[in-house]
Amino acid sequence: MAGTFDNPEIVQEEVDILLIGGGMACCGAGFEMMRWAEAVKAETGKDLKIKLVDKAAMDRSGAVAQGLSAINTYIGPRQDPADYARMVSNDLMGITRDDLAYDLGRNVDDSVHLFEEWGLPIWKTDADGVRHDGAESIREGLPALKDGGEPVRSGKWQIMINGESYKWIVAEAAKKALGLDRIQERVFIVHLINDKNDPKRIAGAAGFSVRENKIYIYKAKAILLAAGGCVNLFRPRSVGEGTGRAWYPVWNAGSTYSMAAEAGAELTMMENRFVPARFKDGYGPVGAWFLLFKAKATNAYGEDYMVKNKEMLNDYPPYGQAAVPASCLRNHLMLKEMKEGRGPIYMDTVTALAKLRETLTPKEVKHLEAEAWEDFLDMCVGQCGIWVGENIEPEKKPSELMPTEPYLLGSHSGCCGIWVSGPTDVGAPSASDEELPGVPDHLPRGWNWGYRSMTTVKGLFTAGDGVGASGHKFSSGSHTEGRLAAKAMVRFALDNADYKPEFDESADEIAATIWKPVKNFLEFKDYSTAIDVNPNYITPKMLQFRLQKIMDEYVAGVATYYNTNDKMLAVAEEKLEMLKEDSQKMRAKDLHELLRAWENYHRILTAEAHMKHIQFREESRYPGFYYRTDKNFVDEQNWHCFVNSIYDKKSRKWTCFKRKHVDLVDKSKLFKAAAH
Amino acid sequence: MPTFVRTEKCDGCKGQDKTACMYICPHDLMKLDKDGSETGHAMRAFNQEPEQCWECYSCVKICPQGAIEARHYADIVPLGGSVQPLRGSDSIMWTIKFRNGTIKRFKFPIRTTPEGSIDPFGGKPMPKVADLTAPGVFTKDVMGGYRAGDAAELIRK
Repeated sequence: MAGTFDNPEIVQEEVDILLIGGGMACCGAGFEMMRWAEAVKAETGKDLKIKLVDKAAMDRSGAVAQGLSAINTYIGPRQDPADYARMVSNDLMGITRDDLAYDLGRNVDDSVHLFEEWGLPIWKTDADGVRHDGAESIREGLPALKDGGEPVRSGKWQIMINGESYKWIVAEAAKKALGLDRIQERVFIVHLINDKNDPKRIAGAAGFSVRENKIYIYKAKAILLAAGGCVNLFRPRSVGEGTGRAWYPVWNAGSTYSMAAEAGAELTMMENRFVPARFKDGYGPVGAWFLLFKAKATNAYGEDYMVKNKEMLNDYPPYGQAAVPASCLRNHLMLKEMKEGRGPIYMDTVTALAKLRETLTPKEVKHLEAEAWEDFLDMCVGQCGIWVGENIEPEKKPSELMPTEPYLLGSHSGCCGIWVSGPTDVGAPSASDEELPGVPDHLPRGWNWGYRSMTTVKGLFTAGDGVGASGHKFSSGSHTEGRLAAKAMVRFALDNADYKPEFDESADEIAATIWKPVKNFLEFKDYSTAIDVNPNYITPKMLQFRLQKIMDEYVAGVATYYNTNDKMLAVAEEKLEMLKEDSQKMRAKDLHELLRAWENYHRILTAEAHMKHIQFREESRYPGFYYRTDKNFVDEQNWHCFVNSIYDKKSRKWTCFKRKHVDLVDKSKLFKAAAH
Repeated sequence: MPTFVRTEKCDGCKGQDKTACMYICPHDLMKLDKDGSETGHAMRAFNQEPEQCWECYSCVKICPQGAIEARHYADIVPLGGSVQPLRGSDSIMWTIKFRNGTIKRFKFPIRTTPEGSIDPFGGKPMPKVADLTAPGVFTKDVMGGYRAGDAAELIRK
């Protein structure tokens, strides 16, 4: 029967493997998985049932939807995965999983080489040191990366691309590999379901179509949950039309973290956040300006704050003493200027371009101007919008920089996410190694429990923004992580061939949960004459405003210059508790609003995890990203450890605990001698 | 900067059930007003939630009529500028108009292979099921991207 708005159709399907999300991670997973599935079929005759479900369209979904101007993780033949793991560790103030970063580092270039083969234009440097865009380098006969071509490095790990169609290309490969029958677009998975006989096991997932009145319920042996990070849980700096111009994509709603938490998965480092310093209001990327065009950032009086305030780096040994100080510390030095009234902060594009012009021919100058614009046009058109509206030509007028509202993610310069099983061959702690007290008994010890990228819930895997305590994987690394997970998932599906998933809740219960905002609306809509003002329900939009206000004012948002303390956190805790209760009264007047309602429910749980972790970690691990003013120091003695947590979906309570940090590569190579 | 749809250019994708912009928008913002009850313009698409627009330009780039443009966010940007692309199969052309009338044009490559030409597994090895437990991805031996690393760097191994 066809569903109606007050009585949706329930579609049920059973698969072996379900992929939730359609971004870089799930595209990587789909590609890798299908080849192994072909091998399984060829050798055993067994046909694995696989399905990918994306809330948007794969051609333009996920964080790379708009495109990118660089691939930020490419190791190349002359660097070691250990160097990469060291960089990741230092940028994230020492608390990362070397096993995960190292494993990613040794595999990531494989994906980059595939992207180039599929048609992604990658800039090259010729023998004379002249750079060529990705199409020109082919016309010039420059070799592919795979065959020894020299990329244009905009940093130690970054390479420049013409990436407007980056996602389109990667999605084409994934879609071809999967085949359209295995892809379901415009279905938003909102809820994971545990196994009836084993609460520590995943049995399925459910969601709804944003196009038709249909609820989808999938049974699966293995699930890859890779639905991005979390945006708009804090009040953004722009609250009018500009609300959507978030730095990270506004559609990343914390679905990965919240659904995993409700399913019982152990989260890690949820106190971590990323506060990028970006071009003000448009959030245009700064990487190429700093690294390729060699621009300097200054205070309003022309002083280079990284030089002027460099002594402040010595307050945080050893992380401030690496050749490239951690991202948060660079913010820390900038914030001093802003707080003491020497703003605005500027990117001095004028001097940088003038300097480059000194040695360039007119043709090269023209090329340089195009490169500067392409950097934005490929990945952040909005910044160009600001420039044209304000008549900013970068060679004539500098641009303001500004630290943004906080973001939660695990793939960029952030490391919040889910605790996963790592590789077995890099010396990671095993189950018999010492662990800190307080880890709940049911959780695994050691950093490997059988399947790469599996969470602590049996059968539930993650990748990209979902994998915590690593970071700096970016687009290419997320694709790679999806591939590593996919391979382990195929093995898991084979090892568990006889397992029949059974749900711990009925299909009707699941449907009732998902459709509750619609029911709230239909039941009470005629109580008042104004559709949005009604004591019986709250619109998803107002609920989001409430969440953002709480987070901004009490959990170290921009309103307090990223400061919070134990007392403010206690207030936030109480307010979030009531907000979570009221989320049950969200309304949805149509399918579009049902999408927003569930996104905001996911945001609330993610925000709550963030708040609880900051409260538990009694130090300020990321100065420049947030400060606990009651514990305003980095405490290596007591807090050089992971903070992890689990959520109980029945009591709706969080439990935070420590896990021991172990170095698998030598970090001392990073540091200059401490100055004091 | 929300996108907007030009009334005289949009044809509602000729009465198909869903428009190109609805298909592509990552945030479910574009909507077809079939009977004109929401906008006064029947069979035209519109951006139903402009303050949630990431200005990713996916709808602008895909619209077969070139009917979608962006008006930079009214709460931030002075009026009068525009940034408009024309996306082809191998390159994209941008026309950039400043508030003061200055115009710049740029063209960038977007793809070096024909659209739809990817053969994901063509020329790639068929792995053995037994290798599921070995490290690395299935193309490890052919793509030249595996970085084995210096074993001495792993201090606990």
